[in-house]
Amino acid sequence: MSILKQASTAALVAASVIAFSGAAVARDQIRIVGSSTVYPFTTAVAEQFGKAGGKTPIVESTGTGGGMKIFCEGVGVDKADATNASRRMKKSEYEMCAKNGVTDIVELKVGIDGLTVARLKGAEPIKMSRKQIFQALAEQVPDKDGKLIANPYKMWSEIDASLPAVKIEVLGPPPTSGTRDSFHELFMEKGAEGFDTLKALKDSDAKAFEKVWKSIRKDGAFVEAGENDNVIVQKLEGNKDAFGIFGYSFLEENTAKLEGVQVEGVEPNYDNISSGKYKGARELYVYVKKQHVGVIPGLDKFVAEYVSEKALGEDGYLSKKGLVSLPKEATDKMRDGAIAMAVLKGDELK
Amino acid sequence: MTDTLASPNSAPQRRQLKADAAAALLKRRYASERLFKVLGLGALLLTASFLVILLTNIVTKSIPAFSEHVVNLDVVIDPKVVDPEGKRDSATLLAADYASLTRAAIMSAIPGIEGRNPRRALTSLLSSGAADDLRERVVADPSIIGTTIKMPLLFSDDVDLYLKGSSSVTSQENGSSDLTASDVKGDITLTGAEGTFAKLVAQLESENAEVSPETGARLLTPLLPSRLIEINGGLVKLASVTPTTATGTTLIPLTSSGVAKAGSWQLDTYAQPESRRKSSDQDIAFIETLRDKGAIERNFNWRFFTSGDSREAELAGIRGALVGTAWTLLVTLIICLPIGVLAAIYLEEFAPKNKLTDIIEVNINNLAAVPSIVFGLLGLSVFLNFFGLPRSAPLVGGLVLALLVLPTIIIASRAAIKAVPPSIREAAIGLGASHQQAVFHHVLPLAMPGIMTGTIIGMAHALGETAPLLMIGMIAFIVDVPDTMTDAATVLPVQIFLWSDLPEAAFQQRTAAAIVVLLGFLFLMNGAAIWLRNKFERRW
Repeated sequence: MSILKQASTAALVAASVIAFSGAAVARDQIRIVGSSTVYPFTTAVAEQFGKAGGKTPIVESTGTGGGMKIFCEGVGVDKADATNASRRMKKSEYEMCAKNGVTDIVELKVGIDGLTVARLKGAEPIKMSRKQIFQALAEQVPDKDGKLIANPYKMWSEIDASLPAVKIEVLGPPPTSGTRDSFHELFMEKGAEGFDTLKALKDSDAKAFEKVWKSIRKDGAFVEAGENDNVIVQKLEGNKDAFGIFGYSFLEENTAKLEGVQVEGVEPNYDNISSGKYKGARELYVYVKKQHVGVIPGLDKFVAEYVSEKALGEDGYLSKKGLVSLPKEATDKMRDGAIAMAVLKGDELK
Repeated sequence: MTDTLASPNSAPQRRQLKADAAAALLKRRYASERLFKVLGLGALLLTASFLVILLTNIVTKSIPAFSEHVVNLDVVIDPKVVDPEGKRDSATLLAADYASLTRAAIMSAIPGIEGRNPRRALTSLLSSGAADDLRERVVADPSIIGTTIKMPLLFSDDVDLYLKGSSSVTSQENGSSDLTASDVKGDITLTGAEGTFAKLVAQLESENAEVSPETGARLLTPLLPSRLIEINGGLVKLASVTPTTATGTTLIPLTSSGVAKAGSWQLDTYAQPESRRKSSDQDIAFIETLRDKGAIERNFNWRFFTSGDSREAELAGIRGALVGTAWTLLVTLIICLPIGVLAAIYLEEFAPKNKLTDIIEVNINNLAAVPSIVFGLLGLSVFLNFFGLPRSAPLVGGLVLALLVLPTIIIASRAAIKAVPPSIREAAIGLGASHQQAVFHHVLPLAMPGIMTGTIIGMAHALGETAPLLMIGMIAFIVDVPDTMTDAATVLPVQIFLWSDLPEAAFQQRTAAAIVVLLGFLFLMNGAAIWLRNKFERRW
């Protein structure tokens, strides 16, 4: 009986806590949401910011799209202050933000993430073009006459004699992942444009063209290996013929075992990605609500920390975490804009 | 007398046949039982072996994470750096640049290192946590300012991984003849008698090492195994070799130039080429020098249990997640135990049996099978958006998990109450107790072990959930350990999920270690459930 009494009292206490904590209270901790690709970098900045005396910001990993939704909910102490994105903000998202009163957004282009196709170290480095990658993985490819047929290639060597004579087997992220979106845009779309007939299709029927590069074959040559890039790395270790698709930081961390495929003859390494020579690279962004500067303590200092030389520079701590920084002029320009809190304009977006 | 003739239908024969048939049938039945037993045992063994494989895999991966490497160095606590004005106030002491002190300490441990890159390589062997430890020590005891103390400094995760042996293998050979070093630092030439390096040159030839067009020497590129020569107290990394001379860069300065006798110098080979490992030859040279001095020590990793999350693998700990889990489960328990038990009592003892209660019963059973992410969506729209509760708070996490666990507890409690024989109730009512008194004084205490078991199993279920917490913002990087149930927090399974997604190899070990801790808790909780059942359960 007494246990029950205590328990019900406790329930009442809990209920009243709920009732009282409903009121919004002033917040002294920055809240960031968004992409899991940018998460490892933003958390590193957050930790440094915390060590330098601020309160360590909370960084949630919600995915780029989910982050945008939370970010654009509105302005106020109970709303997120910044969001990570592994692609640029879409025009529709900008409009959604504006509709909810989030009008002053500062865009930080923090760096570049190379998307790599890699495999276990072999004797010979492998070179592929994006066209060949498209041929290996698209559901439909043009035949000799340019007519779309179901993908007939079983071996890499059937696509091109310079490629190894092994079964096509590529491990990659599932469609829910931002990395997968980037893979389609950076490799498959550009690869498809390598065919004259498909290029013509793009001009005549953009929708049909999009379907071609957005469809990946489902006959087992492409294996969806899960959101976690480490899983792909582990699976490659047990299969010397398979290729995996993941971010450059995972390749860098596993240089002892893995080797990146040279895309269009360019090896995925820090310098090539930074200079833009390596084609499979995407820019990473952080969006900050300017309207929260001055309301949430330390938000401007956090932005300053993120764009500082100590973080983003060539020897900065973010480069140790695998973030490839933009070329120096681009970083400097971005830094000036960020410090001045220049607001993003909607007509720049797509 | 026909009976005496053996006719096929005679009674004894029929009996015999019957007995044969019965024996065959019996045999078949035994065989079938044996088969079932074998299959059952096989299924059990198969499951057990999967479990053993899983556990050994996780436990072996986790073992390295439970220890950390430190280097014991003399740290000069320079008052000019720590407290230039001599005020000894905590603000000054906290803000001082302790990293410069730890850098100075490691620089003086291996003297004579020049050049920006080698110096950077040496100082970045230490974790940034080393400076934090020093700060803590100075703030706790400012009287050590101005003295030199010996303290353990934490290595970075890459050094730690190297020392834990996930890097290359080395072989060592003593030099067969005298060798002369041209200098003590920088790029130097080592000259020996004819054939000193003949064996090495032959090895390089078999490895297809490039030949320099000018000198005809074999060139050592980062794609080949690294060769280093330990001579006169220093270390030289070879760049090119001919049978008599070798040139290279000094990684550790020599104490003297000149002749080293045969047998007093060694050739070290790192089988794994430099380009294929995390630690460079320079790093390894520094680490091995420190190891030879006996300064490196391996300690139990208490930090893993006492600190919160961090992006530096060597500093990351699970305390924040453990405390967050405790807050979350406390809220869950406070909410769902009373509600669940009262609902079960009402449904089992007082509610009229009609369509409505049937519908409720079906729905409770359904609710137990709803995917957990749905509860997260509910939490987002009700607790966060409608009630305006804070994001990432254990309070909200606990509420969501309470909804998730409630059906389990109601079902288990009802089963426990139903298992109490009616005679108990009837006896109580017969002696004049009201129905409520009969239930609360007699039935409930007897049903308590069953209810407790169900509750603990429900809580263990809640302990392992991540999906519903995604929606309410508990999948987050949170460094500070939560003090209240409205502070931002994360829980153990979420911490595992987040770490498993990070690129650093050291985080993979941390992930395994966190899984071991989580499994330990699950084991304890389920063990407690079984113990409670065995100890208090009554049979009628």
